[in-house]
This record gives sequence, C-alpha cells and structure tokens, in this order.
Amino acid sequence: MLIRLKIFRFDPEKDEKPYYQTYEVEADPMDRLLDCLNRIRWEQDPTLSFRMSCGHGVCGSDGMRINGVCGLACQKLVRSFKEEVLIEPLPVFKVVKDLIVDLDPFFEKYQSIKPYLITQTPPPDQERKQLPEEHRQFKEAIRCILCACCTASCPVNQNRETENYVGPAALVRAFRYLFDSRDEASEERMALLDQEEGAWGCQTLWKCTEVCPKDIPVTKQIGQIKKRIYEAKNK
Amino acid sequence: MIHQHDFIIIGAGLAGLRAAVECVGQGDVAVVSKVFPTRSHSGAAQGGITASLGNEEEDRWEWHLFDTVKGSDYLGDQDAIEIMVRDAPRVIYELEHMGVPFSRTPEGKIAQRNFGGHTRDFGKKPVKRACYAADRTGRVVLDTLYDQCLRHHVKFYPENYVLSLVFDQKRCAGVVTCDLATGELLLLQAKAVLLATGGCGRIYKTTSNGFASTGDGMSLAFQSGIPLEDMEFVQFHPTGLYPLGILVSEAARGEGGLLRNRLGKRFMERYAPTVKDLAARDVVSRAILIETREKRGIGGMDYVHLDLTHLGEEKIEERLWEIASFVRIYLGIDPIYDPIPVQPTCHYIMGGIPTDVDGRVLRDEKGSITPGLYAAGECACVSVHGANRLGCNSLLDLLVFGRRSGLAMKKDIIQYEYGSHSAEPMKRMESRIKDLLKHKGKERGDSLRKRMQSVMMEYGSVFRNEEGLKKGIEEIGSLKERYKDIGVSDQKKAFNYELMEAIELGHQLDLSEVILLSALQRRESRGAHYREDFPVRADRYFLKHTLVFETPKGPEVRYKPVKVTRFQPEARVY
Repeated sequence: MLIRLKIFRFDPEKDEKPYYQTYEVEADPMDRLLDCLNRIRWEQDPTLSFRMSCGHGVCGSDGMRINGVCGLACQKLVRSFKEEVLIEPLPVFKVVKDLIVDLDPFFEKYQSIKPYLITQTPPPDQERKQLPEEHRQFKEAIRCILCACCTASCPVNQNRETENYVGPAALVRAFRYLFDSRDEASEERMALLDQEEGAWGCQTLWKCTEVCPKDIPVTKQIGQIKKRIYEAKNK
Repeated sequence: MIHQHDFIIIGAGLAGLRAAVECVGQGDVAVVSKVFPTRSHSGAAQGGITASLGNEEEDRWEWHLFDTVKGSDYLGDQDAIEIMVRDAPRVIYELEHMGVPFSRTPEGKIAQRNFGGHTRDFGKKPVKRACYAADRTGRVVLDTLYDQCLRHHVKFYPENYVLSLVFDQKRCAGVVTCDLATGELLLLQAKAVLLATGGCGRIYKTTSNGFASTGDGMSLAFQSGIPLEDMEFVQFHPTGLYPLGILVSEAARGEGGLLRNRLGKRFMERYAPTVKDLAARDVVSRAILIETREKRGIGGMDYVHLDLTHLGEEKIEERLWEIASFVRIYLGIDPIYDPIPVQPTCHYIMGGIPTDVDGRVLRDEKGSITPGLYAAGECACVSVHGANRLGCNSLLDLLVFGRRSGLAMKKDIIQYEYGSHSAEPMKRMESRIKDLLKHKGKERGDSLRKRMQSVMMEYGSVFRNEEGLKKGIEEIGSLKERYKDIGVSDQKKAFNYELMEAIELGHQLDLSEVILLSALQRRESRGAHYREDFPVRADRYFLKHTLVFETPKGPEVRYKPVKVTRFQPEARVY
C-alpha cells in the first residue's frame, strides 16, 4: 500500500524557517513507521535526519510526535494509520535539525535528581536482601528508556512559564530510587523533590501516562512521591 | 579540534562503561559513543547474567566452566573461561551493590533461572544459573553503569563515530572521530585506547542487532594491521520474532517455553534428548532450519512456534513483560493465548579482535602486544566463547573483561606519554571525507548494503558449503569494487547519516569478506560454524583459532592453538 508522510523539515544550515515536506512510500501494513522513514532516506531524500538505533522500542532513540501524539517511530505500524501521517519532532525541546531535538536539558534535569543508589551502610559480602514485595514497589519504573515522550507531552513542560519543572521522566527515576528499599537517602531525595519545580510541579494532567511506550504509570508514581513527602512532613 | 585524555574508550555499552568506571580514579577518562550512551545495544539484552551463586539450587564454578567449554565446542581458551566463571559471583554482588534491581527469590536473594546450555553435574540437568531483572537485564545494568559514570564525572563524546586509529610508531596514541552533530573532526589523543564497539549483525539481512552494530572497531583494528580471530563463528539466535528478527530471549524457554513445528510436536526432543529446548543456541538454530527445510515449518513457511501458552498470564506479565510487549505490538497477537512465530536471527559474533586475558590487543599468533590498544566485549576475542556462546555469558564477559581491561590500562599507562602533537591524522581523514563527498559516485549505499545482507544470509549464515562460500566471497569482492564508486549526495555537515552509513558500509564489506574467508578455510563443523560438506568436528586438524590478517596481497589466514586445561575435547551432545 501507498502511505503519505508529511514531515517537519528544518535545516538551520540552509532554511530560514521550518516547513513541511510530503513523501509517498510503498509500505506493508506490518512495517514500522521507522521503516518508512528509512525508505525515504535511502531511496528518495538522504537529507532527512532522525535518530534511531534498536528499532524495537528498547533504546528510546526515535521519539517523535506522530499525528499529534508523542511516541516511538519503531513501535507504530503502518496499518494503524489512514493514508497520511503527520510526523514532527518532540515538542518542548529545541529543534536541531528535522526530527532531531536537543535533549541536553532533558538529561540535565535527569542528572539533577541523583539517579544512582545512595547508601551509608557498607555493603555485605553478598547481595543486600530485598523481598519480591519490595522489588515490586518500583519495578515498573525500571522499564524507563529515557525516550522523553512523557516530558515532551507534559503541558507543564510545554508552558514557557513553568518550563523549569523537572518533568515526568526525571521524577520516574527519582521514584525508582526513593522507593528502592536499599536506598538510604530518602531525606536528601525528598528535600530535592519537595519543590515547586520538583514533584509539586505535576498538575496531574495524565498526558505522560497516556504516551509512555513502556506503560509506566507515571502520574501515579509522581502522586506517590507527593504522598511520601507529605507524610514525612506531617509525621 | 584536538583533545587529550589519559584513557579513551570507544563504545558506551557495558564493556566500555565498566572499563570507564574502573579507570576513573586514576586519570582523565573519556568515552566516545556513536549513539547517545543509553541507546547502546547492551540495553537490548534481555535474558540475564550467569554466575554460580547457587541461590536457587546447588551450583559450582567448575560446572559453569565445563558448560562454557562444551558450549564453545571446545574452541574456547579454558584459562580465560576459568577466570571469567570464577569472577562471576563477585561481578553480580558488585552490580547489586551499585544498585542493579535484580529480580528476587521469596527470601530476598538474587533470583536465578534456567538458560540454554547451563547445567549441573557436568551436563546432567539444566541448572538455575542466570541472574536476571525480568527480561530487561541489559537495560538496568546499562542504566546503572551509566549513572555510575555520571557520578564519577566521566567525559562523554556522544554521537561521535570513529574514523581512524592513530598510531605513533607502533603504539596506539589516539583516534580521529567525526562529531555527527556538526560534521567536525576531532583528534583525541590518549595514553590508552579501548575498543568496546560491539558486534556487526547488520551485515546480515535478519538480525537482532540495532542499526549501529556495524563492526566499526573490528574493521578499524583490521585496517591497522591487527588480525581478526575466529570470525567464522557467527551466532544465530534460534528465536528471532518472525519476520523482523527482533530478539525473543532464551529466557522464554528458560521459564518453560517450548518450540513446536507444524505438527504441534516438541521437535527439540529429537535433536537434544537431554536438555531439549535448552540446548546450545547453534544446536537449536540448526534444528529449526532443518524442520523448516523439511517442510515442517508452520503453514510450510520458514518459521516455527515458540509456545508460552502453558506458562500462565502471571508468569508472563511478571518475568517476560518485554517479550510479551514486542509480540503484541509487532504481530498483534498475545503470547498468553497464541504461540509466537520465530526463526533464527543473526545475534552475536564470537570472533573479534584478539586479546590476552587483560584486554591487551594481540597483533600476531605469538601473542605480541599492541602497546596502548585494548579491546573488550563483543568486538574482542579472548576467547571465552570459542565456536558458540552460551546465553547470559555475554553480559558476564563484558563486565569481567571490561574491568580487567580497565585494570590493565591503569597499570600500563604509567609507561606511556602522549604521542606526537601533529594534527596530520585528522587532516588526512578530512581530505578523505572531502574526496568522498566530492566524488559524485554512481553507486547507492542502500543497494550495495541490501545486496551484501542477502549474500551473507544466503552463503554465510547457519548452513555453509564450499561452493556457496566461494560464490559469496566473489560477490562481496564485486560489491567492494562497486563500493569504490559510492556516491554521497547529502553534502551537509550536520547529522549527515548518509555519509556515516557510507563509511559503515566500508567496514561491513571488509568484515563480510573476513567472515566468509575464515569459514571457507575451516573445513569442519564446530559450534555455530556448520559446513554441509564437512559436517563433523575435526579436532586433529582444526582444534585451533583462525586469524585473518590484512596484507597487500589480500586477506591471509593463519592459526594459533587453543588453550586446553581441565577438559579434553569430547563429543558434544545435548
């Protein structure tokens, strides 16, 4: 079948402003949108730029806005679209070229929440014990592949006035450590998150949860962070 | 631009990052990565890491050693394998202490599961040896190591691909890279360079590998006069999702999944009577292909079924969530109720850059070291996997030898200074790129690459024979000729993927030739290398490692002995 892709283009080396270019691609219904993008690049227009790596939804490289909704191009099959698909870069982030955005601010926010296990007690000779119930508390959060779809879809991050909100992805990682029974830095973490730009920036708008390619219950986890902070302060 | 770092690591997968974490105390560490570090292919690993912890059932490192030696079809160097399996428990505990969220037993210990080829009592029964985090073990270990690198302020050069290795006299003194974002070239000078660039699965049409797995590091070493070892041993993982080739982890069979043919029969009972569906991967891949060749594939097609329907919803959601997700997204079926179509997919290369047990690159069959150059991970060949790798031994390999390379680099750099400060190596690459862009060649990269992938699939995959290998070598040869006239029409500097892919294609064509030549010369069958015309293993003539050297007259094949210590080669039956 023939499918039409209307794609956002912008090359700062030559373009004054962005424009849209439409391509027609021959595709099988079970092909990925990523396959179509590659076909365009290899057969029609080698200048089209986008990131990709694993091609099956585990690396997080190819996050983009597809028909207005953020997702991974490698997880969308041609058969789920009608004749024309609109493809744009992730919102919130500065466009570098075509579908490639600058994710440095995203990774800076991620780093700011201390994404590593912090302990004071020296480790035992073998493994620290952790019960399956304790592991279950945060095991959905470990699925995160840092694709940035959640943060790009968040109306709080999209709003210039609240753009310093640390964002759902950073909070998912913060949740992962705050709720890991082995971590010993709860107080330190909660102090970091107990800010207007931290957990309290979340307005429970659910967009993050809707788009997460790994089905992480993002909004629920941010809610649990808020609850933990509140309970700690009101003991 | 010219930068200096004590340690330069090429590749931000598990081997590279583990080496980085090791070197951090001793000097300035920089990691160069073609993709953003967290996108590295190590993150796609699903099944687990093996170690004889004995958390669920009794286990011993001696059994792990035997299983790995037998799995390698007796081509693995047993001294190196012994180092690896004895270090395994320490590796797991170290990872757990860093924060890796392993799945747990009811008592709270690290959980372990069955995996292909791992047994108790030297082959008697499967044993639970693979430590795991659901079916996303690679992802969580990669994330943990990356976070450790951030914590220790490792410098990253993300989205930079390496164009050449720089040598000062005989010593490796750095690399020239291209910054994808700007198209600018960088000369990075170092006292020690570690190649941790992974595999080259994209040479084949059906592969589980990501797009970046094009074997750049192996090819660059080869071009610098370093031989490539055991390249004929390419692992086809038996269960790639049909038709995309996406990995469906062996963990599915470890949790009880079964392979069935058109008749619903559990055919592995015939090919591997003892461990059946949990036999070594080469055995299972050949079995699947024989079934489909003999028209017992599903609907007469080229795939069989992986049946998880008897495992129950809870087990699948708990331990095989990622796999279930792929199957639902890409095929629109549900593994809780439907069997999964699978076929062998190119997954891993056992061969690579020869090293000693500390990651030092060897430049000949006598074991001469290349000062300043190290290799670890899939791109290296120690050799711990010999002719076939067991599942979950790769993540172990990366962490053991990534660390050992780091230790060796720390020890060795005391004797090294930075090389000459000439920008000449960078200027040379700049002019090569300019010529490539100016050339206006008539050949399209995409056509050449597709043809290469088909040729390799046809002549260099699971079943090989002399006629096919010779034809393959001829075809690759003609593709290499055509490659000289490759045209890159995108002339822009920033994010020029067309240029990068053209350079990657050059690497891939070189490696294809090496693989086919190595396979042609090995007139026996061993592990993943199966010759229809020489179907038996011939220890008398071929219990040795292949080394292919680049010479002015073309690639030349030599050999070196295998280190046999505790286990004499015997028949390999599962």
